[in-house]
Amino acid sequence: MAMLEIKNLHVEVDGQKILKGINLTINPGEVHAIMGPNGAGKSTLSYAICGKEGYEITEGSVTFNGKDFLELEPHERAAEGVFLGFQYPVEIPGVSNMNFLKAAINSIRKYRGEDELPAVEFLKLIRAKAAELEVDPEMLKRSVNVGFSGGEKKRNEMIQMAMLDPIFSVLDETDSGLDIDALRIVADGINRMRGQDKAILVITHYQRLLDYVVPDFVHVLAGGKIVKSGDKSLALKLEKDGYAGIGIDENAA
Amino acid sequence: MASTLETRKKVEEVAGEYKYGFVTDIEMVKAPKGLNEDVIRFISAKKKEPQWLLDWRLKAYRHWLTMEEPDWAMLNYKKPDFQDIYYYAAPKSSDDRPKSLDEVDPELLRTYEKLGISLQEQEVLAGVAVDVVFDSVSVATTFRKTLEEKGVIFCSISEAAQEYPDMMKKYLGSVVPAGDNFYAALNSAVFTDGTFVYVPKGVRCPMELSTYFRINEANTGQFERTLIIADDESYVSYLEGCTAPMRDENQLHAAVVELIALEKSEIKYSTVQNWYPGDKDGKGGIYNFVTKRAACRGKKSKVSWTQVETGSAITWKYPSCILQGDGSVGEFYSVAITNNHQQADTGTKMIHIGKNTSSTIISKGISAGKAQNTYRGLVKVLPNAENTRNFTQCDSLLIGDECGAHTVPYIEVKNPTAQIEHEATTSKISEEQLFYCLQRGLDVEESVSLIVNGFCKEVMMQLPMEFAVEAQKLLGISLEGSVG
Ligand SMILES: Nc1ncnc2c1ncn2[C@@H]1O[C@H](COP(=O)(O)OP(=O)(O)OP(=O)(O)O)[C@@H](O)[C@H]1O
Ligand SMILES: [Mg+2]
Repeated sequence: MAMLEIKNLHVEVDGQKILKGINLTINPGEVHAIMGPNGAGKSTLSYAICGKEGYEITEGSVTFNGKDFLELEPHERAAEGVFLGFQYPVEIPGVSNMNFLKAAINSIRKYRGEDELPAVEFLKLIRAKAAELEVDPEMLKRSVNVGFSGGEKKRNEMIQMAMLDPIFSVLDETDSGLDIDALRIVADGINRMRGQDKAILVITHYQRLLDYVVPDFVHVLAGGKIVKSGDKSLALKLEKDGYAGIGIDENAA
Repeated sequence: MASTLETRKKVEEVAGEYKYGFVTDIEMVKAPKGLNEDVIRFISAKKKEPQWLLDWRLKAYRHWLTMEEPDWAMLNYKKPDFQDIYYYAAPKSSDDRPKSLDEVDPELLRTYEKLGISLQEQEVLAGVAVDVVFDSVSVATTFRKTLEEKGVIFCSISEAAQEYPDMMKKYLGSVVPAGDNFYAALNSAVFTDGTFVYVPKGVRCPMELSTYFRINEANTGQFERTLIIADDESYVSYLEGCTAPMRDENQLHAAVVELIALEKSEIKYSTVQNWYPGDKDGKGGIYNFVTKRAACRGKKSKVSWTQVETGSAITWKYPSCILQGDGSVGEFYSVAITNNHQQADTGTKMIHIGKNTSSTIISKGISAGKAQNTYRGLVKVLPNAENTRNFTQCDSLLIGDECGAHTVPYIEVKNPTAQIEHEATTSKISEEQLFYCLQRGLDVEESVSLIVNGFCKEVMMQLPMEFAVEAQKLLGISLEGSVG
């Protein structure tokens, strides 16, 4: 059974048609990459999957592990195991990363009918994850994303992903704004999330990330539709020839 | 309240088993409805008060008759009919009270549950007529013993009038004079209950004092009067209120709190106010008109007010500090939440009289629904107050489009050496913040609660541990249904 199945998905924002019939099937174990010009609708797709308010589904369906995903509340979708690494992570003043994650983990556990994670185990886990991603533990005490640099915010998303251990991760331009070392660290973090029962959808503008996180499929999204799909070589071709090289007028996106 | 229960359990452990029953004579006569000099005489007689106190009450009453109810606050409500109130009533007899929790408003019970309050405690809070009430007297007695060893006086204000007349005469009304304002004058005339605290020189009060340990009468909160005196180099932390909403039939509350801090002493006064706010349509709810004021009389004395105001339909409250002693410090940390049709006009006054005095004001106002929330604050520096400092930060958070937040700062500086800083912000819980939390698995209520607690963090940090955890939950509960 497919993990994620998107059929003929149409999405409107403020009455504006943004996605115009997306079809995408992702199976367990797979890594997919979506590329596409600015404004093509990549982030819109990720929001629609996760149920952001204001993203109206006018047609089509999204099924996750056999469940009609569109019937679920956003927090329920998260608890079902879907994680979104935000293109622009949000600041929450006064709430420490620690408390934020603790609250998130325990909410998800509650949804799954599990007990709260004991504080000691939580601490152990977060220290381990911070070490893996080479993040200063002091950063975990600071308010969520407040005053973080662009790269730090992205790394913080990765800590959250590692802690929440999702089944399916959508990573929206997680590579943007990272320095060269950070890119490698983050890519390692993503690769650790690969697995037989897991799947990842990376949204990116650059081939660079895909050198580290090698995708099984690459899709090009333009003008609200997936206009081309292929294997990893499609990304290489795009890098070399640009969108015009595969017959896409970037301005028409 | 749940944590107060824990504290109480601790005290019980120390005290051992209950030894004494608790019998209170509740068959007291009710004074007739309305207010006149005879009613005041009746109250005074019931309290077996000395003549001077009756005279003081009567004087306040006569003054009150000449006063008008103020209307400068940004509050919109039907003025109470002062002749339609009982000023002295016995606690309700058990016949009138709910027989079991089944008869109690399920909304109230749901809130108790969310706060993690035990069933037994719920019964007490909801006013269920239980036979075996906790033996609050014997607990309080143990509590008192510990305090007595340190020389701390902690008793009802009526008791103090009889047993400590000198201190009462000296300090009662010395910070909030009987005729200070309309509600304070009314309170001075008719107060029926309240707390008196005296901490002697050099003593650090060994425990947080909480009204819970003293009050053994139900329904006492209407015209409360509190007087706290911290003698030289002493320290006391006082907790007022309760995170659980208490059943209360009195619509009008007009309390007066006076604090006196002598040389190098410190008083920390924390309040969680959670009176009934009225229903979603704005029906019912408590009118809370409070006068709280501290005099930092001694050099280097310090008073900090911390308040979390989530209840009441109308809140009118300005805990203030008169910074007389050189180098004295005043602090005001406030969270005021208004939801549905609640209205709050609250803030502080910092009056700098002494040299090198400093004050800090951190106010966090949160409005949701159709609520209105006003910060009103005065920072006043008198001509002789050299080198004073004030820092004020007023942040407002709006949830939804139908509520309002207002900031009304008054600054009067008569000394050029003063350094005054004022910052104000207004923000909204953004869709982005909300979605970010939801996407991490938090539901809407948890998300709002988390964001709001973050917004209030600087204030919540000031609360004693006893209160902090529950107050955090309370913020979330007060805003339930405000989003989505
Ligand atoms: N509230 C809105 N009203 C109208 N149009 C909107 C609204 N929100 C987004 N859009 C439009 O939807 C389109 C798709 O936006 P989206 O963020 O999904 O693009 P993207 O592919 O992620 O681009 P980028 O590569 O720049 O991140 C854009 O043209 C954007 O302007
Ligand atoms: Mg995008």
